[in-house]
Amino acid sequence: MIFRIIKKTELEKLFNVLSDENRIIGPVEVGRDQDSQAIYGFRDVADFRQLALDYTTTSLPAKKYFLPYKEDMATFRIDGKDWQKTVDYNIDAPFVFFGMHACDINALNKLDKVLMGSVYPMPYYAAKRQNAFIIGIDCEPQTYCFCRSMGADTVLHGFDMFITDLGNRYFVEIQSDTAYNLLKKVRAEEPLESDHVEYMHVISEKKKKFTAQVDTTDLTKILDMEFQSDVWKQWGEKCLGCGTCANVCPTCYCYSIEENVRIDLKAANKNKILYSCNLIDFAEVAGGHNFRPERHSRLKYRYYHKHRGFVEAYEESLCVGCGRCGEACLADITVPEVISSVRGETS
Amino acid sequence: MGSKLAFSDVVNQKHHRRSDLGAFEHTYKAEITSIHRLTDLENLYRIKIIDAAERERFEFQPGQFLMLELPGIGEAPFSISSSPSRRGDVELCIRNAGSLTSFLSRVERGTHVGLRGPFGTSFPMEKMHGQNILLIAGGLGIAPLRAPIAHVQENRSRFNNVDIIYGTKDPAHLLFTYQYDMWRADDIRLSVIVDKADAAWTGRVGMITKILEEMFAERGDAFFQNTCAIICGPPVMFKFVCNMLNTKDVPMQKMFVSLERRMHCGMGKCCRCNVGSTYTCLSGPVFDYWTVMNLKEAI
Repeated sequence: MIFRIIKKTELEKLFNVLSDENRIIGPVEVGRDQDSQAIYGFRDVADFRQLALDYTTTSLPAKKYFLPYKEDMATFRIDGKDWQKTVDYNIDAPFVFFGMHACDINALNKLDKVLMGSVYPMPYYAAKRQNAFIIGIDCEPQTYCFCRSMGADTVLHGFDMFITDLGNRYFVEIQSDTAYNLLKKVRAEEPLESDHVEYMHVISEKKKKFTAQVDTTDLTKILDMEFQSDVWKQWGEKCLGCGTCANVCPTCYCYSIEENVRIDLKAANKNKILYSCNLIDFAEVAGGHNFRPERHSRLKYRYYHKHRGFVEAYEESLCVGCGRCGEACLADITVPEVISSVRGETS
Repeated sequence: MGSKLAFSDVVNQKHHRRSDLGAFEHTYKAEITSIHRLTDLENLYRIKIIDAAERERFEFQPGQFLMLELPGIGEAPFSISSSPSRRGDVELCIRNAGSLTSFLSRVERGTHVGLRGPFGTSFPMEKMHGQNILLIAGGLGIAPLRAPIAHVQENRSRFNNVDIIYGTKDPAHLLFTYQYDMWRADDIRLSVIVDKADAAWTGRVGMITKILEEMFAERGDAFFQNTCAIICGPPVMFKFVCNMLNTKDVPMQKMFVSLERRMHCGMGKCCRCNVGSTYTCLSGPVFDYWTVMNLKEAI
């Protein structure tokens, strides 16, 4: 691993070097909620001063840049009984992600496993993922963050460089040659032993700030044992089946396909739309049979996929503990509460 | 300053082969060469891949499925109903049940459709050689069983006793009636049963389980211990039939079911066919009963 130290002013220089010729996406303040707390989102950024590098969590994850909510998978030219199909992976230039938290990079790493590492790699995702230059940034644990329980509070790979705030300077971890060469364009120095000590101090202080947690011990077995448990019905009663949790989840990737014909019948498109397993027709087949007609069974399957099925397939859970779903849920359903109730720990 | 990031052509990445990525949305353009009306709801479509080289390369195993697409209308999974040894075209038995299939019920011969696949697991026919075969179908469940039946017919000497138990709601919904004599001619014992008879029906009336019970009485336990079962039908049927076979000690790894789920990709990406902790499109649609027992609410 290669490390560098840069002064805070150098980060702006780095931004300017990159923004000269590249599209930059980063965290910005997009509004205020009713308690006048800042609401953050990822947006295209033209000026370094727009960036909110001390952001908490963005309401929506970074996935829309990799897995757009709506995307054309193919277009067709139709000519009577015949047609021609054209496939486009929908990316025309690399882009820079300036300031992504560890949980969100971990989320991309999880998506990589499904969308790039399996038998049928998905080029729509791969094209965007492999053309993103990602600068990670450390964060301040919030009350809803349980990333530490999910092993996602630090990130080992899947980014180009990662910066940690040491007060008057940044500690930089370099993971790609692109990042290494880029840092030559600003003043970057080899870290001293005192920088290492300071870095370790910062991370040990951060560790103490986590409050929310999820106990994942033996969770795959417990989810099987408690499959018929009444707690699912109780959560199902609360759940509105609206799919907001999947919408804000950085690792939810399921989708629906919709095909549309142009009004002159000469063209059509195949549209991929991100979906949610909580929506009522998720598992409905032609003829009307619905494998999961009740809200509680759909909610259960969401947990089952994330904390059971994915663990079986990849030995890790499909949850990074970012807490967005709990924050966004209109019925106040949070992952730590659901899991602890399934474990029989009454709150 | 020359800081423009280089565009990495995704297909050149070392862990992807160009063919892997291209396969994701690769569609064989195919022509519907004939439409055979089976009942008021089901048609048998014969579909031929247009490009000769692609057609030559196309292969599948009994039990696998295809994604059939009508541009602008939709795409859905259908199990292949024809023999894998039949090169040149495939047959799909399709019920008019949704928006795509209702459109399909109205198209004419010569229409071009898109085919992706074949996808999914298959019935391990070779491993069944030398054993008794019991094929049990309920309703439209006969569609995926027609491929293994064709394999059995073509390799009849490799199998011992072969039985087909087929049940439907009523006689009007029986599929492939024109083939029953051919199956019987190949020494396959076919028992047909309907839930509700009509005036002309002279055959058996009742549930599939009734025939199975009679079979249990007629053949010894040793018979079932050397039997492979292939089962497909509505969700409720699986449970009854599999549990019954289990009481006769048909090995669980020799009982195969073909599950139906909603699918939008066929490649383990859209999550719609999620069953238990896995996907029907990748780990299925053909599962052995032991696997199914370990998948929550699979049947």
